[in-house]
Amino acid sequence: MDLERFKVHGEPLIYGAMISIVLATIGIIVGLTYFKKWGYLWREWLTTVDHKKIGVMYILAALLMLFRGGIDAMMMRLQTAAPEMKFLDAQHYNEVFTTHGLIMILFMAMPFIIGLMNVIIPLQIGARDVAFPRLNAVSFWLFFFGAMLLNISFVIGGSPDAGWSAYFPLASLEFSPTVGNNYYSLALQISGIGTLITGVNFIVTILKMRAPGMKLMKMPMFTWSVLITNVIIVFAFPVLTVALALMMFDRIFGSQFFTMANGGMDMLWANLFWVWGHPEVYIVVLPAFGIYSEIVATFSKKNLYGYTSMVFSMIIISLLSFLVWAHHFYTMGQGVMVNSFFSITTMAIAVPTGVKIFNWLFTLRKGRISFTTPMLYTLAFIPIFTIGGVTGVMLAMASADYQYHNTMFLVAHFHYVLIPGAVFAVIAGFHYWFPKVFGFRLNERLGKHAFWWIIISFNVTFFPLFFLGLMGMTRRMYTYSEETGFGPLNMLSFAGAVGLAIGFVILVYNIYWSTRYMPRDTTGDPWDGRTLEWATNSPIPAYNFAVVPKVQTRDAFWSQKVDNIQLYEEKITKIHMPSNTGKPFILGAIFFVFGFSLVFSLWIPAILSGIGILIVMAAMSFDRDHGFYIPAEEVIATEKKLRGETV
Amino acid sequence: MNKKGPLYALFISLVLLLPGCSSIAVLNPKGPAARTLSDTIILSILVMLGVLAVVYILYIFILVKYRAKKSNEGYIPPHEEGNKWLEALWIAIPIVIVAFLSVVTVKSTSAVENIAEDYKNQKPLVIYASSSNWKWHFSYPEEGIETVNYVNMPVHRAVEFRMYSFGTITSLWIPQLGGQKYAMSDMLTKLHLSGDTVGSYIGKNANFSGKGFAHMEFEALVMSDADYADWVKEVKETAPELTEDEFKGLLEMDFAGRKTYSSTHLTFSPPPGDHSEHMSGDGTEMDMDNGHMDHQDNKDIHPSPEPSSQTEFDGEPNPELDQPLPTSAVDEETHEGH
Repeated sequence: MDLERFKVHGEPLIYGAMISIVLATIGIIVGLTYFKKWGYLWREWLTTVDHKKIGVMYILAALLMLFRGGIDAMMMRLQTAAPEMKFLDAQHYNEVFTTHGLIMILFMAMPFIIGLMNVIIPLQIGARDVAFPRLNAVSFWLFFFGAMLLNISFVIGGSPDAGWSAYFPLASLEFSPTVGNNYYSLALQISGIGTLITGVNFIVTILKMRAPGMKLMKMPMFTWSVLITNVIIVFAFPVLTVALALMMFDRIFGSQFFTMANGGMDMLWANLFWVWGHPEVYIVVLPAFGIYSEIVATFSKKNLYGYTSMVFSMIIISLLSFLVWAHHFYTMGQGVMVNSFFSITTMAIAVPTGVKIFNWLFTLRKGRISFTTPMLYTLAFIPIFTIGGVTGVMLAMASADYQYHNTMFLVAHFHYVLIPGAVFAVIAGFHYWFPKVFGFRLNERLGKHAFWWIIISFNVTFFPLFFLGLMGMTRRMYTYSEETGFGPLNMLSFAGAVGLAIGFVILVYNIYWSTRYMPRDTTGDPWDGRTLEWATNSPIPAYNFAVVPKVQTRDAFWSQKVDNIQLYEEKITKIHMPSNTGKPFILGAIFFVFGFSLVFSLWIPAILSGIGILIVMAAMSFDRDHGFYIPAEEVIATEKKLRGETV
Repeated sequence: MNKKGPLYALFISLVLLLPGCSSIAVLNPKGPAARTLSDTIILSILVMLGVLAVVYILYIFILVKYRAKKSNEGYIPPHEEGNKWLEALWIAIPIVIVAFLSVVTVKSTSAVENIAEDYKNQKPLVIYASSSNWKWHFSYPEEGIETVNYVNMPVHRAVEFRMYSFGTITSLWIPQLGGQKYAMSDMLTKLHLSGDTVGSYIGKNANFSGKGFAHMEFEALVMSDADYADWVKEVKETAPELTEDEFKGLLEMDFAGRKTYSSTHLTFSPPPGDHSEHMSGDGTEMDMDNGHMDHQDNKDIHPSPEPSSQTEFDGEPNPELDQPLPTSAVDEETHEGH
């Protein structure tokens, strides 16, 4: 055993991180033991198959990762705030921007969105749970342990350092001899499998478990967006799986798929990566469009304008998303014809996206717009995302991209689409649906404080980057000289980053403050909502709906409130529920060991844990537990209690 | 609720910055290709500002008019399904804009992928640009000169860079002379850059390539014909020959500073095949085994001539290193008269 490989010879920063990780772990273990919460944790959370709890865990993990990725971002901005900064060295900086990209996209944006999906989709379609509750738990634990595997990389063995796109040959053994990119291939693989399972699970859920009367064209827009997103997941993620498998073979078993010698093709990786990677950005942005559609309609007190064209625009975007991947390497020299084709397909995406923007604007028109926190994020999204969109069209022009490619202009563009497009959306959705899950609202005053910090700082941070790109600053530079003249704008950007950090801290403080002081909401419908999720109690009982609702219109709950079209007609009967199971958690933990062993080529533990994975999967397949029934009397009692009546 | 104050300030400053701000390299072109791209970029910015203006005006108007206020307390918004004419309108107009920009894109892309219009009748000067670790090697097969980390070119002369890499993918970028293109280990890529103003321009690698990436810069010097001729003469007389051992040592260095030699490495370490061959595969079986192992495997450089077993993937050997490369079908028409 060569222990040298496990060590990270880093700086005080990394040692500090190690110490804090150890202390936090000890703190958690001591705390759980002292308050005797181990049993509660295992029974209520680790073994749960309830979509709401799984969703909450997803969002919790995503918030943690948001701060991990945010600290990375702050370190980068600090290092480049002035010329010749000595805060990080090149190696450390490379690791930081790589993990920032991976964590923010794969372990923050995606789980946050999947978390909201988990919580809301079954409620919006009037279902009791997702189609495969246990698989849902498997999804979560695979994601979670994949994320943890990537997160321990910087204290054990070193993080990936070849950029989040890990282009070969740079990411091959020859140029990246550390274990960092082994972590990359295995951590992404494990959580990617989880995401793929989620995709299948939600397609089946939405297609098969809708409430009676809810035709496809009567589904809420968020449900539509999630359905389309999961179709993209099912088509795109297998490509990532294959690419990562080839990468793993290259790095761990010495094959030559992407290497320089023996006929390896470096650009094959780039193609595979972006065939997954481009649809991936639509995977995080389409549900966001769905969230905005819900919020716009609710707070302008109007139904969504142009429902049909909204649905079709999303379908068209999902198809186009698979036809544009080569715009990530116009500069590979594939000739005028190929570049022109991809330019046109890329620009074509602007058309359906523009349709959505105008539909939102016309939803607002003639409405009565109230400026709540979720609505503020939505209203901020429209103008800022439009900047991201038009710069996207500029980047889509192949010739012009020869000047933008890999510069800060590109970095500014994708932050201008991803942050308003995905981050603002999940924050808006978080504020919007929070009272549904926990039974109280987040404080509006604090929410608006955080909003203004975030919105203004965001623009201060990223707008200067457009100019830096045109001035010739490439991305991923850990330092630059005085005479380049990049200093002042980078300093401005750093100031904005500090403001963003303050905004996110206020946001988290708001969660704490509201938990302690906000009045409880007993109506289950604090925002005067329009769709089914507001038609049940808050917090939501385990079975979601005492009686399965009957749907006749698009905004079913609104129709009940305004036109008196009743949702519930039947009597309460006994309800069938799935039982909890610890197997998904155990499976995730074994996967973690498996991944870690492979990263360091520890063959014996790898083989043992590989066998362990097969055993747990077999055990899950032969599981004879068919769940249990909640008797009608118990349901009636729960309903009364939630409505605040005495039993 | 006007939250766009800072944005407006930024936009106004953008518009003020646009006309020839000298610190914005991309919009301060010193060569025909860069000028084409700069014009394209400015055109697209103007079109996009128009799009933004429409969205912003609508947005502000709607927010001001329909916000919840005391005066519209009892107002109940109508139920609107949508309007097919309006929706058709905002499908049609973007399509027109995209079509217009597509035409611009195709035209400008083919313009910068070929020799600039003004220099069509010249035989381009061929310079091989190869990267290793964090430095650039420039080889002039015609003159028999090799430089490291700086490249000199005559003004008003078509220059054809042929790029490849001894390691990771890099991207050769001289913002004021034109766009960038990748240099890869298993194929040649081609880039036409010319300067029409004498001066020194910064060039760099734009594609992340590991630890020393931030320092991978070089100087591109555009000089008058006479100065260029003098420089070539001086190098031939004073600079040392580039021996194989010397070159091997160079490849292994991280950074090398500026160096000048009076012979090129192309004679004993030939470049890989041409990309355009590989792109226009004629249906024969693609043999991925690259004949130029000696090039790919830095640790073992043989002074052997081209391997005799040419594969489709290699394309034709380039017996004359300074001849223009065979062109792909795409730009055949633009090469009439050759």
